Amino acid sequence: MNTSLTAPSGVSISASIRQPPNPPGVWSTATTYAGRTIRQFIRTPQLLVVSAVTSTMFLLIFRFVFGGAIQTGGVKYVNLLIPALAAVSGLFAGGAVGVAEDMETGMFDRLRSLPIPRPAILLGRAMADTALNMWGTIITVLVGFLVGFRIDGGFLGALAALGLCVVFSTSFAWLMIFLGLVSGSAQAAQGIAFSVFPLIFVSSAYVPVESMPDWLQPIAENQPVTAMVGAVRALVLGGDTEMLLGHTTTWFVVRSLLWSAVILVVFAALSARRFAKL
Amino acid sequence: MSSPLPPSGSSDAPTIEASGLRKHYGDVHALAGLDLVAPAGQVTAVLGPNGAGKTTFVKAVATLLKPDAGSLRVAGIDAIARPDLVRRVIGLAGQNAAVEPALTGRENLVMVARLFGHDAKAARAAAQVVLDEIGLSDDADRPVKGYSGGMRRRLDLGASLVGAPRVLLLDEPTTGLDPRTRLELWDSIRSLVRGGTDVLLTTQYLEEADQLADYIVIVDHGRVIATGTPTELKTRAGLDVIEVRVRHAVDIAAIAEVLAPLGTEPPHLDEPARRVAVPVQDGTRALTEAVRMIGEREIALDDIGLRRPTLDEVFLTLTGATS
Repeated sequence: MNTSLTAPSGVSISASIRQPPNPPGVWSTATTYAGRTIRQFIRTPQLLVVSAVTSTMFLLIFRFVFGGAIQTGGVKYVNLLIPALAAVSGLFAGGAVGVAEDMETGMFDRLRSLPIPRPAILLGRAMADTALNMWGTIITVLVGFLVGFRIDGGFLGALAALGLCVVFSTSFAWLMIFLGLVSGSAQAAQGIAFSVFPLIFVSSAYVPVESMPDWLQPIAENQPVTAMVGAVRALVLGGDTEMLLGHTTTWFVVRSLLWSAVILVVFAALSARRFAKL
Repeated sequence: MSSPLPPSGSSDAPTIEASGLRKHYGDVHALAGLDLVAPAGQVTAVLGPNGAGKTTFVKAVATLLKPDAGSLRVAGIDAIARPDLVRRVIGLAGQNAAVEPALTGRENLVMVARLFGHDAKAARAAAQVVLDEIGLSDDADRPVKGYSGGMRRRLDLGASLVGAPRVLLLDEPTTGLDPRTRLELWDSIRSLVRGGTDVLLTTQYLEEADQLADYIVIVDHGRVIATGTPTELKTRAGLDVIEVRVRHAVDIAAIAEVLAPLGTEPPHLDEPARRVAVPVQDGTRALTEAVRMIGEREIALDDIGLRRPTLDEVFLTLTGATS
């Protein structure tokens, strides 16, 4: 008993490890976790290959199978398709599954027991998912070039389009994080992630909204994916976008950014709340 | 208690102090008014069957969940009011923590060290110290997915140590391991906690609690049903037993006759096994007496011994009494 009173508190091994002076901040926590998540992805070749192959397959099927049947007016279908795929790639990403896996394995329990700002973990996840998503986007654009895609909006337009893709990816990453957190298991997350498919398909992404039934058109016309797809197309195509796409570039860009902000704020808040109470 | 008290006021506070702790999930009362004091500088084992509330309790201590009612202090810190401060002094390992299979052992430790608040250099140094301590230096730069189950558990244990925590929480650290790996992990835990460490360990293995803990808290249905040192609990569960095995079956009645006056109840005869057992009050004195009398009668024995009740018997006695 006497020895235990005088012995320094803490495990014996801690004598050779300094006690950390301060808990980590938001940035250092987020980048540490993002770094782990990106390494996890890179070291799982199946994920790298599967994500590249599926996005390429999707592209080729739409380009060569459905593309011929879709009336696009004055613009080549491939020039509408590639910007659309790039804009919504965040909705196909595996973020929800990754989050559910970290929940199932106990990784989140360990992290939540550490002296970190908890929402910073989710921020790191969103950063990593956005970065990984760009991998898919770059492949899509490169394959796109091989099958006839051309940028007519100039270098600055393309750069702005890429910037928007990063923004959309980030807000969709938060949506996916939330879906992962509420799903409970990786398998369920896989299923829940499909629930965003109507958002993708009931939009101008693959087919013209005018080809849909009357009752569906207002929904398709006014939902976030249509605004985002329109913004990226407008910047990539350049020229008179009001004539080509029905609205000006500014109209699309402003709407898409507002939608992104709403999605990001809502799902970041919901996710942080959920994460605190897991 | 003649030694001077340590300078820091909170380091002599009990490791964990829970009172009236409650947590329910729907109709299930995982914690039903749990009261527990884990003394400082000791390994405390929370022992109980599956569903007894052990994991809920350790999650509350690790600030992973908030109790519905009651108070909880960890190293003197109010865990309900200041969970952020508790997280600075605890390390969690076991079934509720995880290591990342795609990273190497070293990368896992560096990551957790960074999240404890170490800068990059200190995190690498801490990881190396821990790798040496848990005997994984040689495998440090291999991905964890190639590790055996035992190596993963050791790494998991190591990850809880890189922040030099004051209180170590081990949640069922050896569940699911094969017996040999379990023994190895016990050795690792024992060497890590040598010299008075604040450890809270949950386990459903009586032997594990007996092997590692200074103080055992037995829980069932979300409540504490018994506490004490392993020896105290064994004593409470019942008396020592003298067990004799005779060489020739014909002698069994004679042995029973010799042992009868020593026992607190009539001897129990197991004829096929040629065994006689009797509970006795003062174990060692009674055994000496039994040996002397059997020697006088020149009865041939295969075996004679004094047996303490096992923790299994303790546990069954105590849980049986409450349900």
